[in-house]
Amino acid sequence: MYFLLVYMYIKNHVYMFPDLLGCHGKCRRYLFCCFQDRAGQFFSSGHTNNWAVLVCTSRFWFNYRHVANTLSVYRSVKRLGIPDSHIVLMLADDMACNHRNPKPATVFSHKNMELNVYGDDVEVDYRGYEVTVENFLRILTGRLPPSTPRSKRLLSDDRSNILIYLTGHGGNGFLKFQDSEEISNVELADAFEQMWQKRRYNELLFIIDTCQGASMYERFYSPNLMALASSQVGEDSLSHQPDLAIGVHLMDRYTFYLLEFLEDIHPASKTNMNDLFKVCPKSQCVSTPGHRTDLFLRDPGSVLITDFFGSVRKVELTMETINLTDPIDAESGELQKEMHTYADQLPVSEIIHQKPKQKDWHPPDGFILGLWTLILLVFFQTYGVKHLKHIF
Amino acid sequence: MGLLSDPNRRRALISLLTRLNTPICIVCYMAGVAWFMGLAFEPFTLRTYMSENAMGSTMVEERFPAGERALATGREFSAHKKRTGGMPVEWLMKTMQAKGLEVFTQRFSRTLPFPDENKERYMVRGTNVYGILRAPRAPRTEALVLSAPCSPGDNNNQAVGLLLGLAEYFRNQIYWAKDIIFLVNEHDLIGMQAWLEGYHHTNTTGTFCHSRGGSIQAALSLELSSDIITSLDLVLEGLNGQLPNLDLANLFYAFCQKIGVLCTIQGKLQRNDWDSVSGYSHAVQTMMLMVMKQASGRPWGDHGLFLRYHIEAATIKGVNSFRQYKTDATTIGRLLEGMYRKLNNLLERLHQSYFFYLMPSLSHFVSIGYYMPAFGLLAVILLLRALDLWVQLSTPPQRTEDGVTDIEPVRGVLSLLTPLVISHLTGVALYMLPIRFQEMAVEHFPVSETEAVVLTAIAVYTAGLALPHNTHRLLSGEGTEQGWRVLKLVAVLYLAVLLGCTALINFSLGFILALTLVPVAAFVTPHVPKVLSAFILVILSPACTLLFSVFFFQELQEMPISFQDGWLLFLSVISQGILDHSLYGSLVYPLITLLVYPCWLLFWNILFWN
Repeated sequence: MYFLLVYMYIKNHVYMFPDLLGCHGKCRRYLFCCFQDRAGQFFSSGHTNNWAVLVCTSRFWFNYRHVANTLSVYRSVKRLGIPDSHIVLMLADDMACNHRNPKPATVFSHKNMELNVYGDDVEVDYRGYEVTVENFLRILTGRLPPSTPRSKRLLSDDRSNILIYLTGHGGNGFLKFQDSEEISNVELADAFEQMWQKRRYNELLFIIDTCQGASMYERFYSPNLMALASSQVGEDSLSHQPDLAIGVHLMDRYTFYLLEFLEDIHPASKTNMNDLFKVCPKSQCVSTPGHRTDLFLRDPGSVLITDFFGSVRKVELTMETINLTDPIDAESGELQKEMHTYADQLPVSEIIHQKPKQKDWHPPDGFILGLWTLILLVFFQTYGVKHLKHIF
Repeated sequence: MGLLSDPNRRRALISLLTRLNTPICIVCYMAGVAWFMGLAFEPFTLRTYMSENAMGSTMVEERFPAGERALATGREFSAHKKRTGGMPVEWLMKTMQAKGLEVFTQRFSRTLPFPDENKERYMVRGTNVYGILRAPRAPRTEALVLSAPCSPGDNNNQAVGLLLGLAEYFRNQIYWAKDIIFLVNEHDLIGMQAWLEGYHHTNTTGTFCHSRGGSIQAALSLELSSDIITSLDLVLEGLNGQLPNLDLANLFYAFCQKIGVLCTIQGKLQRNDWDSVSGYSHAVQTMMLMVMKQASGRPWGDHGLFLRYHIEAATIKGVNSFRQYKTDATTIGRLLEGMYRKLNNLLERLHQSYFFYLMPSLSHFVSIGYYMPAFGLLAVILLLRALDLWVQLSTPPQRTEDGVTDIEPVRGVLSLLTPLVISHLTGVALYMLPIRFQEMAVEHFPVSETEAVVLTAIAVYTAGLALPHNTHRLLSGEGTEQGWRVLKLVAVLYLAVLLGCTALINFSLGFILALTLVPVAAFVTPHVPKVLSAFILVILSPACTLLFSVFFFQELQEMPISFQDGWLLFLSVISQGILDHSLYGSLVYPLITLLVYPCWLLFWNILFWN
């Protein structure tokens, strides 16, 4: 569609581009073939829109760093093009306006106060006590009451790439929400499976920065999931540096180096996921970051960072006309068709044509009661009635 | 069959108990004392650590600049204090208002039951001045208190000056989430008591406080009498031996280490050589000082009265001794600033760390789980004795005459009740007579009121020693073998319950009483040699324990005194105890007179049973 628009634009204004390609005929034919081939590639990239769900699960002033983590990912994601309407930001506490903040209305990520990640246009969708496990799962699965405003919904479809970032205090197999409840890795995996069955994502990148974060992605079983964690099971994720003027730790190590990495990404950069896996090696992070790509269909080396962190429109400029007569024959076509079969929510056919199961036969209840009474009476008759008085 | 329901095994167990009773008691006693002494041995203690997550580590930046200005303010305060001859209320109000606080005063007046000779006061009238720094953005639900006492003479001027300097500095910061109350109290503890009662609207001796800052989360009291100090001393013991949460001490220690100020507890510096004899004895001395101070039940600093309201409080004293490295007022101000910034981060009251502990040094502590077995071993002796007596009472007596056995039960109860009632009446007399009859005593004897009170107390105490002889003559004839056993059983159980309850609330008091009274309870019978046992019983009675404790306390502080001075100190301790009870509600005096002394009299009774 975009391709046609560009083509139309150029066709109408062709006088503006007198010698854009400036090649001989041979060259032209070569380029024409390239474009023909690449047209298939152009249309076969999986996603058309990007979403981000960024969650900070801990409250209280001494957990300043978790809010700073989430806000720094928010900042990168927004800078790379995802609009606020496509970001669901959940912050469990308000650090910028906390009474103890000596620099009100700011949240800093670095102790020299170089970067105020709170900025001027932060839009928090779920704030304070609204950040609960129930709300988080409802966002993911889409089961929200009809009165929920649009800004609080994840309105993704089967061509959306979703980035999910979680940070807070966690343990082996769970993540703590607000000091009062937990979400387990099984729940999370099931939520993602629900998303898959309801075709709510095309590909999903899951990043978690907590202690023992790798345990949270152990149980995933849905396709097209890629996961990164800041530490392995049994390791703690450490915080980066304290700021003495503010009096708290400002960020966690993994997200600090992640932010540093993301600051170098711009919408047109071609860095891929393999570079992301290298962020924060053990020498810098002290913990060992982990990742999981076995459920992901594409090769991580071919996945761009901007596929998840940014909202990038593909534009190709060309002077050529291209015949789009042949159907696009993507290699992964069959596989995708298989993965996209509609799972039966309710197997009606099975139910209708099923024979009733043979239930085991139990004697009626009254019979058992009577049997026990008989046994008791026989017992007392044999051993003498005087024992009865001990019971009554 | 079970161990206790099988008659054969039961008999075997009981005979074991009766045969080995005395050896087990002696072993338990030795074990209890050894356990207690072992508490100060460093490998048995734990290092202190911050338990409260919200306070975290000491990562704040302290920027207090105005130490010299604070000292100048202190000098001004001292000049005004000399001029008005008491508390310079108007000057304080004006200064605090100039610094931007909301200032209020509170008047109070109190008449002591008898004149206090140590501080030379009888009818006390004064004013407390307090200024509230409102948190810029927070609701007025919580508060922190910084207080300095207004003492007569040249004491604590620098403390008030530093308080005012900190008030000015704190006023310029925007990160306060709690209100901070700066309090200058007159007549130290009496003024503090009046202020606390007025703040919490309880039974008052002064007016109610007009304005409040919410519930107080923590409080620090400052005592600073010199411009330059060499070390800071932390005082923790409060009223009735209550201690603040250990996190407050940990916070102080952490900041002392960060800023590099020498910090002491009980006036003693920490030593590193715990495995040498002198190092160990140093730790034992520090711990024993804490035990003595806790057992006395009096508040050892102005902070002691806060603890009753569940407000964690401590006193910081500046000490100027002969050391090379000196600290100036700016550094102390920074330390206090750091502590208050950390306390500001608190979300709830301090509750994560221990409330019951002993500290052999500032960086090591012993928690209640470790020191209670020492007391438990002593209490076990009482229970063993009780079991032994129960067994002796259960075995049927040799039937020499048939008639005797019938009248036994009735006479038993009477001969049991009489000593109990008479002992307790003596206790009540000891509690009430000294204060009531002080006028009569002053009329008849050439003594002052305070001396009258104390000497009446001692007189009643000694008079109680003469009672047993008279009780029995009253009852017609001698007591029986059964009788004294029943009385001793009751007395031993009574003592066990009493000491147990005391040790739970004030471990030090309970342990010291147990050390002296448990041997008494264990060995006393009518059949031991009378004169020697009488002498030992008197030595181990509560009054003599107090006398020895006074001498011991002076030894521990490395200020040994002569017998004359010791005796005078002993008398003043008694008068202070009575005053503490009537002024602040200290429970040591009623406990000793109404419960411990009658219990000891019961044993005295048993000794003179025949």
